[in-house]
Amino acid sequence: MSTPTPVPGTPVRPKPSERMKMPRQEMPARDAVGRGHDFDEVNLGFDPTLSLAEAARCLECAKPTCMHGCPVHVDVRAFVRLVLAGDFAGAAAKIREDNVLPAVTGRVCPQEDQCEGTCLLAKRTAPLAIGHLERFVADWERATGTVSLPKIPPPSGKRVAIVGSGPAGLAAAGDLVQRGHAVRVFEALHEIGGVLVYGIPEFRLPKEIVREEVENLRKMGVEFETNVVVGRTLTVDELLGEEGFDAVFLAVGAGLPRFLGIPGEHLIGVCSANELLTRVNLMKAYLFPEYDEPVYECRGKAVAVVGGGNTALDAIRTALRLGAREATLIYRRSEAEMPARAEEVHHAQQEGIRFLTLTDPVELLGNDKGSLVAARCRRMELGEPDASGRRRPVPIPGSDFEIPLDLLIIAAGTSANPVVQSTTPGLATDKRGYIAADPETLATSRHGVFAGGDIVTGGATVILAMGAGRKAAAAIDQFLVSASGVGGRSAPAAGAAPSGPADRG
Amino acid sequence: MFPIVEARFLAPEIKLFRVQAPRVARRRLPGQFVIVRLHEHGERIPLTIADSSAADGTVTLIVQGIGKTTKLMNRLEPGDAVLDLAGPLGKPSEVERFGTVAVVGGGVGAAIAWPTAVAFHQAGNRLLTVLGARTRELVILEPELAAVSDRLVVTTDDGSYGRPGLVTGVLAELMAAERIDRVLAIGPVPMMRAVAELTRPLGVKTIVSLNSIMVDGTGMCGGCRVLVAGSSQFACVDGPEFDAHEVDFTALAQRNAAYREAEQASLAAFLAHPERDLCRIHAAPLEVPS
Repeated sequence: MSTPTPVPGTPVRPKPSERMKMPRQEMPARDAVGRGHDFDEVNLGFDPTLSLAEAARCLECAKPTCMHGCPVHVDVRAFVRLVLAGDFAGAAAKIREDNVLPAVTGRVCPQEDQCEGTCLLAKRTAPLAIGHLERFVADWERATGTVSLPKIPPPSGKRVAIVGSGPAGLAAAGDLVQRGHAVRVFEALHEIGGVLVYGIPEFRLPKEIVREEVENLRKMGVEFETNVVVGRTLTVDELLGEEGFDAVFLAVGAGLPRFLGIPGEHLIGVCSANELLTRVNLMKAYLFPEYDEPVYECRGKAVAVVGGGNTALDAIRTALRLGAREATLIYRRSEAEMPARAEEVHHAQQEGIRFLTLTDPVELLGNDKGSLVAARCRRMELGEPDASGRRRPVPIPGSDFEIPLDLLIIAAGTSANPVVQSTTPGLATDKRGYIAADPETLATSRHGVFAGGDIVTGGATVILAMGAGRKAAAAIDQFLVSASGVGGRSAPAAGAAPSGPADRG
Repeated sequence: MFPIVEARFLAPEIKLFRVQAPRVARRRLPGQFVIVRLHEHGERIPLTIADSSAADGTVTLIVQGIGKTTKLMNRLEPGDAVLDLAGPLGKPSEVERFGTVAVVGGGVGAAIAWPTAVAFHQAGNRLLTVLGARTRELVILEPELAAVSDRLVVTTDDGSYGRPGLVTGVLAELMAAERIDRVLAIGPVPMMRAVAELTRPLGVKTIVSLNSIMVDGTGMCGGCRVLVAGSSQFACVDGPEFDAHEVDFTALAQRNAAYREAEQASLAAFLAHPERDLCRIHAAPLEVPS
């Protein structure tokens, strides 16, 4: 490929050896003090100048590793080249070939562990800011109204039901309509987006962006139906029977929040991160009483979260924005082991979240009204690595201490929601209750039923769920095409649909 | 959008609605509930399905106006619509031929117990019903419950109708007079706790339906967790019915008060300016079948 023509105003491209020395462009963010009081987005996004300067750092490796670090294999080198050429809309369209939610993943992916984690620039300076560039071009196409949606082939005559409208379901829906299949997404809640609308806060992912991405899928022909709890309102058997679907993709998410199993968890003032986040994000409790759903009073209160993942950080930063006087993160290992995105940890620290690491609550103390007043905690030290490869936290005897608290949010992960499994005869699960699916095809033990995302893996990330959605879409496409061949159905789509899995890498 | 096809008061502040929701109506079993959201700014609240008709695709909901959302809902009429309605949620009631079953319904709890009482009757149980209310005009569903009960006793706290006093007094008499194989008690937390303490020493299996605070109703938020036999159970997916002898009623009562201040503020604001919410209510689409 020839070197792109620089747009006016762009500096002449430095040599690769020079690029290795260029500093990474910083993401502009709102002032840490001001942003801690409202729910507006923290990051402001790159502008064209910053984007061109950052894109100029790309080494354009002959064998790029970044796209293999990406669970949906975005062609990073190609889209960065388009950025450099000033074709921002083209860059966004390039990403969209592999990723239906670029404005979302540009904001919430743990890039440091994925595309940026393999970037060669990291050896000298810092990895290319791929996530920031992705966000920039996705926002650019939205702002300029240049979203170019992929072409939809003629109808295949096949119908796919997708259960759950989170990242796995949306990614699968995007790929399946692009192969000519009719797709209907069923959502249990009243809004489309799953964790993108109930879990991730406005200050990290504005809901307007999710709505626009869903609207794009609608324009591509995806149908959505809310208020349908599959397993209750409709069963999987009904979807494959009287509802007339040829295949089902179960992407219902992980579900049930775990608690710690320590005394005092039933006190008023103890809740799951899911509850706090659902009230605030889905139900807009931060706008109470303009919106009806209330949330625990945080104004002037001492609030803590237990956990070290993105959900824990989202919850405690939400409590801060609700007016908490003190906002503390309690984590039993050290900061190095925290599974959260690096940027979120950094932002939380800037905002004044106190990190109480190597600490584990052992008992929650209440008053005579049944309200939380304190947590008794134990100091920990790191021992030998455990099954996760991280050093195991070991309690230090005699180290107990109390911290006064009005609200404790528990972000200790999730366990499988049993509703679909328990109402679908013959659907195999693993020993933890998650749906068992073939790692390659995501096929379940039931013919025509596929499953992916958190309901198979347990709680993970948006992009891993999207990767599962794409994998399932490819497998479902192949299943439908071969089924129509066997069934002798006149299938215009069998030819129209591209040979799915192979061309996706 | 879920159109309301019938709405009538059964008692002051207690209103019966029939709402079009064909899929829910088709699958619903006694003991299950729906989550309802009235308009775009509304909260999600659980309401037990009192009855349903697969034929006309409706579910029956009986609503007592206590907080903002229930009081707002009680102002709705046929031609209005509920914005969101999801269900049927929760595990259905356990219904078998147990022998003699006593159903105790306190206040609007009678509406929650009603469908299961009907099912007990249909399963061939001898059914003894105790229907309690604060005062005469709050006694609901007496003819409906009498129709399926072998014996029905009404009690009122103030003695204005039926037997004066609490439901537990009548239940104690019934248990003294004959062998009772199972009790279903649904009503205010103190009533359910009192019934549990009454039946515990006699070893009579007693089931209660718990009305803990819910948001999503599908198991995701854990707000509805209750302490049952010392462990956390989610009322929305593990319940709403539990063994009364294993429920920690103190924790339940405390947790149900968690949002009281906000709830009161919300109600006061609504009563001062009901038009702000009423103008958000959607009209039912025109093609509502009769």
